[in-house]
Amino acid sequence: MIALPHIYVLGGIFFAATAWFSGRDAANPHRLRAAGFWALLALSFLAGDRLGDLGNGVLVVALAVLATLGLGKGGAATSTVEERRASALRHGDKLFLVALVIPTTALLGTLAAKHTHWGAKLVDPAQATLVSLVLGVIFALAVVALWLRPRFERVDASGARRADPLVPLREGARLVGTVGWAAILPQMLASLGVVLLAAGVGKQVGLLFSEHLALDTRFAAVTAYCVGMAFFTVLMGNAFAAFPVMTAAVGLPVVVQRLGGDPAAVCAIGMLSGFCGTLLTPMAANFNIVPANLLDLPDRDAPVNSVIRTQAPTAFVLLAANILLMYALAFL
Amino acid sequence: MSLLGIAVLVLGFVLRANPLLIVVTAALVTGLAAAWTPGADAGTLADAAVATLASFGKAFHTNRYVSVVWLVLAAIGTLERLGLQERARTAIAHVHAATVGRLLAVYFVLRQATSAVGLTSLGGHAQMVRPLVAPMAEGAAEAKYGPLPDAVRHRIRAHCAAADNIALFFGEDIFIAIASILLIKGFLEQSGIIVEPFALSRWAIPTAVVALVVHVGRLWLFDRRLQRTLGVKEDAK
Repeated sequence: MIALPHIYVLGGIFFAATAWFSGRDAANPHRLRAAGFWALLALSFLAGDRLGDLGNGVLVVALAVLATLGLGKGGAATSTVEERRASALRHGDKLFLVALVIPTTALLGTLAAKHTHWGAKLVDPAQATLVSLVLGVIFALAVVALWLRPRFERVDASGARRADPLVPLREGARLVGTVGWAAILPQMLASLGVVLLAAGVGKQVGLLFSEHLALDTRFAAVTAYCVGMAFFTVLMGNAFAAFPVMTAAVGLPVVVQRLGGDPAAVCAIGMLSGFCGTLLTPMAANFNIVPANLLDLPDRDAPVNSVIRTQAPTAFVLLAANILLMYALAFL
Repeated sequence: MSLLGIAVLVLGFVLRANPLLIVVTAALVTGLAAAWTPGADAGTLADAAVATLASFGKAFHTNRYVSVVWLVLAAIGTLERLGLQERARTAIAHVHAATVGRLLAVYFVLRQATSAVGLTSLGGHAQMVRPLVAPMAEGAAEAKYGPLPDAVRHRIRAHCAAADNIALFFGEDIFIAIASILLIKGFLEQSGIIVEPFALSRWAIPTAVVALVVHVGRLWLFDRRLQRTLGVKEDAK
């Protein structure tokens, strides 16, 4: 059965390759920091089990320090625009089909692992989507090699053209370099959630709300809960982290238990209010920073980049809509 | 006192510090604040710092599955090298009815509909937006208006990312087995309230409809703005 430990080895190899290629990228003035950053992440994937909890903690601090110093911008060699146009003409729509191999495998693998015996033997049902996604990547690369049969070459030190079997790692490293430190922010935030939970932050926030806000009317309570969900999601970067805090503080004790709201409607719409916050925060790196990096937007390092600015009007309208919907639907 | 970590998050935002640094600092401050008492000596606080660092490190190690998704870039990068983006650009240029707004509206509906039946992994910024959606949107605009000014090109790209996010967020909760629905169910169960996933997911439908109407409306306005600012050149030709 293919499970997470196998995937972690692949991830470790991938990040180690990223470290190697970014360290040799002469176009990046901060290539050593970049190499160090990805090498530490590779270490975490390959040998994190042996580092101990404190060792992993020190590793995280080192990652944060390197990211703060700056990883620089790489200029890894890839194909030229002309080569890409020629290749696009040669392969045509086959390229779309190969691109679809990844989500298709992720989907079928997940379904097979959860609903069939043979699938559960092949793929760990507990992490079916993640394992299937990685299998999809491997299938897609195999299809490229066997069906499209591209000639990948690179120019070596002596100027001769050589076959280059490492292209997937090289190109993957190029794109991970584009994503940069934002690649590990979601993992960091998930870890912060664990620490905050252990320190009892949710209860404290509840006290804060009950002491300072008079939530006597349905409308005031619903507004406080929805806006609070959005606000804490902006801070924590994740509605899942904000939900237990705000629901324990206001949603459950006030909107549901004191004012008689329907718990299903209150929680479901409360979560969606949190998603409005996700659209507005740079802490939601996956959704707001990663695309800015991947799409090479010039304001990608600004706290409020153009992805967030583009989303903001829809986010504010939907937050208002959620308040009205909860007010109208939760007390039917 | 344990709210000091939250204060660090706010302060970090205001100071525009690196988010990774903000998160690590917030975790350490939370741990220290929880251990702090007026009589606490340096040794106690040092122990608390080490304990917090260890629990943060442990959590980081446990949560590393979150970062595995980047493996996808190995395949996407290889396809990009083979001209996937260029192919997407030319394919859309042949569809004459295509505009940026219409293309993104279609993608929005597809993304929201597939998310609503649990197929969230069909889209995404690395898998779909960068290799396919953004080149197609730019290609549609180029076919209509010719070479694009950089500012317009970047605004189009930002709209591609926004359409993917908004359609995903306000589609996925309609599916009963998505993480957020299961989180709500688990949370309510701990509080002694039993709800069925379906009872939760149906409440996601009204907001999903509002999101669809609002955002598709904004895409229509975006098309009109592109026409206003770039369409003049087309008429002059």
